Amino acid sequence: MTTAWSRAVVESIEDATPHIRTVILRPLAGFVSYAPGSHIEIQVETGQRTETRHYSLVGLPVGGRYRIAVKHSPDGLGGSRAMWRLAPGDHVTISQPKNDFALSFGRADYLLIAGGIGITPLLGMALALKQRGASFRLVYAARRQEDLAFAAELDAGLGGAWQSACSAARGRIDVRQLLSTLDAAGEVYVCGPMTLLDAVKAEWSQLGRPLERLRFESFASSGHFAAMPFEVELPRLRLKVSVGAHESMIDALARSGVAVMADCRRGECGLCALPVLSATSPIDHRDVFLSEAERQQNARICACVSRAAGGTIVIDDGYRDRHDIL
Amino acid sequence: MMPRNRADYPLNVWYAAAWGGELEHALLARRICDIPLVLYRTQDGNPAALEDVCWHRLLPLSKGRLDGDDVVCGYHGLAFDPAGRCTFMPSQKTINPSARVRSFPIVEKYAMVWIWMGDPALADETLVPDLHWNADPEWTPALGNTIHAKCDYRLVVDNLMDLTHETFVHGSTLGHRAVAESPFDVTHSERFVTVTRWMKDIVPPPHWAMQYEYKFGQPDRVDRWQIIRFEAPSTVVIDVGVAKTGSGARDGNRALGVNGHVLNTMTPETATTSHYFWTFARNYGLDDPILTERLRQDVIRVFGEDEVILAAQQTAITQNDRKPFYNLNIDAGAMWARRLIDRMIEQERPVDNVAAE
Repeated sequence: MTTAWSRAVVESIEDATPHIRTVILRPLAGFVSYAPGSHIEIQVETGQRTETRHYSLVGLPVGGRYRIAVKHSPDGLGGSRAMWRLAPGDHVTISQPKNDFALSFGRADYLLIAGGIGITPLLGMALALKQRGASFRLVYAARRQEDLAFAAELDAGLGGAWQSACSAARGRIDVRQLLSTLDAAGEVYVCGPMTLLDAVKAEWSQLGRPLERLRFESFASSGHFAAMPFEVELPRLRLKVSVGAHESMIDALARSGVAVMADCRRGECGLCALPVLSATSPIDHRDVFLSEAERQQNARICACVSRAAGGTIVIDDGYRDRHDIL
Repeated sequence: MMPRNRADYPLNVWYAAAWGGELEHALLARRICDIPLVLYRTQDGNPAALEDVCWHRLLPLSKGRLDGDDVVCGYHGLAFDPAGRCTFMPSQKTINPSARVRSFPIVEKYAMVWIWMGDPALADETLVPDLHWNADPEWTPALGNTIHAKCDYRLVVDNLMDLTHETFVHGSTLGHRAVAESPFDVTHSERFVTVTRWMKDIVPPPHWAMQYEYKFGQPDRVDRWQIIRFEAPSTVVIDVGVAKTGSGARDGNRALGVNGHVLNTMTPETATTSHYFWTFARNYGLDDPILTERLRQDVIRVFGEDEVILAAQQTAITQNDRKPFYNLNIDAGAMWARRLIDRMIEQERPVDNVAAE
């Protein structure tokens, strides 16, 4: 799908937590209103080239501005670091709002589960549900109290309809207990680290709830391991590629001249899945395309977001000299 | 979301999507507010509405089939539930979480199915336009044919808000000089506009003479009324009837009269075409299907005359650059109706939607 790009200026920047900054963008070509769950794409210069990053729009549309939140992740990809360096007055190139995480209407009950920076799409959803008078609850997990972004806004907008869960104080949230309190016809929206999403998915299917009632969005910014450098070997091409901690496997392959196919670049569509022949370290599956069983088989890797936790991974690719048919 | 410079219709309202009897456990394609829709009933009988476009490769879902309550795309088999969630994707074990098609709030009321094309969070069933005569034991409705009006729905509103045209367009059935010659009153509120016209002591035109004689067995001179009530943005109920001259109808005693309600509701299909649903409901001869059919045919004939006028008017407006209308005194009801429509459209413009710089 083609994207229409336009310019926006960074109007202000604020620290929401020690690790999360909110950035207010003033679109220069006119503001387009959006529904909760929407995101914009931003083109960021990473030095060598331009990368596209997705940022959820935080809260309900007000004031003709887009508000996004950027997490400072020392082991993140180049784009996030560039976003963290933005200053008021800087210009950025943005898309119009898009919505791949739309909030439904008319469900009997809603449960929103946010982990860390995953609060960003859920804040607007919670406020919208509150306005509608819907039955809902927001649970917001973070490490410490000070890591909860927008807490004052949540208090003011939601009152008692939200609760925090700080892992440093009371351990992780009890996902099973949480899900079992949801009305049988209810819907869950999850945004947060891969480990949280995995836990919710596992419990949800244990409970036998319909899969389409579990809504999630993951920009695949986190995995089960910290991002670290690793080696990729392609024996058929007699090629070895080093993947840096701050780049994706697919970018490293492309940089080395390997023809790759990809589309969503956030681990959803599965177009970039490549056969895995062997690996010396665990594979950090950060996509949502492969099923849990497929992950355990380790036969394929979605190279746009997934990585090896160090070591060497041996893969095949689809290039063939000969295309004879009988 | 397509940005529109000047919207032609509000979206945060209920529009009639179909007759209740028209909707089955089968796929029905219909364009409303310039959005292609696929409509159907679930196995429980509840109406459902999805955007008629597959998430994957944009094939209209109406080219596919129903599997239980899910619509299965006729190309690659992706399935979508009544909420628009994808429930099946071929050749993979998971479902792309972004996959969905838009679904719309839809309710059934007054023998019709109503759809909300705007913000679903605002869809309040109590806002369905009042067409209760369609489902009221005191009234027998002759449900109309659905007119595919080749004009902006507002031209139909204009048409219904001023019945002076009966004299000129419907001379053989409804009209006579008395309509054009009688004064009228216009009142308005935030949501309604009412135009009231009484014609005193007249010989009824053929359509009314027939109904009067049906009930009372003989012709007579009558007082005739037309009370037109517009409900924004596109519903017009016309309380019409005749009663024996001087029998007190104007003071509320309609015992010596016959009374009908012409129920009209128009749904924008595009900016220049509309789905026009109408009913003629009467409060006498309730159990006579022959009378129902006769009235139905009468109104079909009358509205057929309007259809020709409205299509020609739309063609001329489209081709003509000048500000399309001059206004007359008789247009007061239509002008008030359009002001309410414009206000609804204006209120939907996001206040934040201003170009910076």
